Amino acid sequence: MAKPITYYLRTDKMPHIWCEGCGHGIVLSAVLRAVDSLGLDKDDVCVVSGIGCASRAPGYLDFDTLHTTHGRALAFATGIKTMKPNLNVLVLTGDGDLAAIGGNHLIHAARRNINLTTICFNNSIYGMTSGQYSPMTPTGKMATTAPYGHIEEPFDLCELVFSAGASFVARGTCYHANPLSKLIAKAIAVNGFSFVEAISQCPTYYGRRNKMRDALVMLDWQKEHAVTKRAASRLSPEELKDKFIIGELGTRTRPEYTERYESIIKAATKETDDNV
Amino acid sequence: MSRRVAITGNEAIAEAMRQINPDVVAAYPITPATEIVQMFANSVSDGKVDTEFVTVESEHSAMSAAIGASAAGARAMTATSSQGLALMWEMLYIAAGLKLPIVAPIVNRALSAPINIHCDHSDTMGARDSGWIQIYSEDAQEAYDNLIQAIRIAEHPDVLLPAMVTMDGFIVSHGMSNAEFLDDDVVRGFIKEYEPKHYLLDVENPITVGALDFSDWYFEHRRQVADAHTRVKDVVLQVAEEFKGISGREYKLFDGYKLDDAEYAIVIVNSAAGTAKTVVDELRAKGLKAGLLKIRLFRPFPQEEIVEALSGKKAIAVLDRADTLSLMGGPLYIDLRAAMYDSPGPRVKMVNYIYGLGGRDINMEQIAGVYNDLVEIVKTGEIKRSVTYLGVRE
Ligand SMILES: Cc1ncc(C[n+]2csc(CCOP(=O)(O)OP(=O)(O)O)c2C)c(N)n1
Ligand code: SF4
Repeated sequence: MAKPITYYLRTDKMPHIWCEGCGHGIVLSAVLRAVDSLGLDKDDVCVVSGIGCASRAPGYLDFDTLHTTHGRALAFATGIKTMKPNLNVLVLTGDGDLAAIGGNHLIHAARRNINLTTICFNNSIYGMTSGQYSPMTPTGKMATTAPYGHIEEPFDLCELVFSAGASFVARGTCYHANPLSKLIAKAIAVNGFSFVEAISQCPTYYGRRNKMRDALVMLDWQKEHAVTKRAASRLSPEELKDKFIIGELGTRTRPEYTERYESIIKAATKETDDNV
Repeated sequence: MSRRVAITGNEAIAEAMRQINPDVVAAYPITPATEIVQMFANSVSDGKVDTEFVTVESEHSAMSAAIGASAAGARAMTATSSQGLALMWEMLYIAAGLKLPIVAPIVNRALSAPINIHCDHSDTMGARDSGWIQIYSEDAQEAYDNLIQAIRIAEHPDVLLPAMVTMDGFIVSHGMSNAEFLDDDVVRGFIKEYEPKHYLLDVENPITVGALDFSDWYFEHRRQVADAHTRVKDVVLQVAEEFKGISGREYKLFDGYKLDDAEYAIVIVNSAAGTAKTVVDELRAKGLKAGLLKIRLFRPFPQEEIVEALSGKKAIAVLDRADTLSLMGGPLYIDLRAAMYDSPGPRVKMVNYIYGLGGRDINMEQIAGVYNDLVEIVKTGEIKRSVTYLGVRE
């Protein structure tokens, strides 16, 4: 039986800081429904975040939570996981936090294939510091630091993380909240580095500057631009041009970091024991 | 013609930066300094400056880019606060060690943990031994004036050191006050073109920057940084004298308020000095000889001048908006006690108050209480506690 979402919330910390229409609450509830669907005990889940609007999420969660510094959540989480390999460690982070200032930690966590689940609340902007472009701002879009349109290319985060060595990558959106939750549940169940890019909306800074006046328009945009892998296979490159693919985008089985660590300790201790 | 405006500290700094028109600005947003760079970025996109503006992916990169630009002969600037300055730490020492005259406004904000965005001085006080010149500002006017002067000080051939100009987060950065801006021409005439003597890409005179320097020469090079600091004081005073000529505003190494004949003195930096001056006025009206010393140049520390100004006082309270956690008090207090060790005459009684961490307000009654404590100390000859946390729930 599904528990009410409030079971997982520190309701005394409400009201939350998020603006009306912000997508981050939808992503957070998708995370909680995923945790619930797996029947995880609250005490077996630890949630880590960096700094940003997205990273405020753990403050409202009734798990063991660690709110760290801008960009470094994955490094802190790596410490937790190596000390307590049995914990389900979730990293909730923004696209700026994860891909700009913390980009280095991201590729190395994926390369090590450490069993952490990272959920990137991707609103294509630095929300908390009022709308500077991030590594996820699409070319041509407006930001306070790109008043005439952004001239850089964004990352394809799922491709980046999978290329770096992750076991599982997927993408979902706030509009597709239920499938998003299922993707997150799958990611948590994976034994290795798992990554879900959740397309979120920041009506306050991204929407306003990019002719999307409110959250509904932005959710509509997500609906219209997201295509499943199967649908994508039927579209021409021209038709796919401004679309993005949602769903599971990569899975592989690779040795997991903390298990390798454990086995090398065992092997090394055995050798010394044999020598005694 | 200069302009009188109602302005926030961040607006004043952004305006000074527009007038300075640096060659390169590299920055990363952080509250409460974001606005400075945001407004400056607008000047860039509106074509009001010729600056190359680099939006990097962290403060570490911002300072690295400023160092690269400065080494290549540019007038380079950045701005940040708190965690941003902390992340620059590695690079701060490099900028100073390479003697690159980068100038950076820093908006004072508490350091994590716990997470806090409000004012205290932990960030810049933490960088006090990095080799940067540090100039503290009470309000928007001072921040504006200090930033313009900092360019001249840092780039002076006798100095060539990086300089940070600080002001209090939110209280000054976001608070509105009156200030007077100079004309663009006047500012540009004052700061002049930057003409570096040695720089990268000067193909006639190739140089190496940041080379390996072991036990053979490292010591001499670090000694040169200290040597440059010995010349800062004179340059600060020269530049202030010239600045008075264009602005009518007077700056020194520190500011004494009713200090000359004071018996009881408070030493302080930044915005709380304003509150303390009002308390001094009230106490003076009641006949107490209260006075105040507000430090402007904190690095290098103007020891002789400060000692001279404070010698002969009956008791001194140093107010620190940062802690060193050495259990010997805040950074101002520790430096001041060391400086006063050489003061002539009988030892002056000194105590320390750590206040306002994480943006906790300090009010006039609390400051009046500090003066009362000083009177009590002199009366009884006894110091009950040398370090007091002021306004904290125990
Ligand atoms: C070292 C450091 N630099 C800068 C900041 C300021 N800062 C806080 S959040 C943020 C960006 C957040 O963007 P993102 O991670 O995309 O999250 P969002 O707010 O959009 O959810 C920045 C630059 C900081 N806290 N620490
Ligand atoms: S600023 Fe944007 S990301 Fe932050 S809470 Fe508001 S809508 Fe959400």
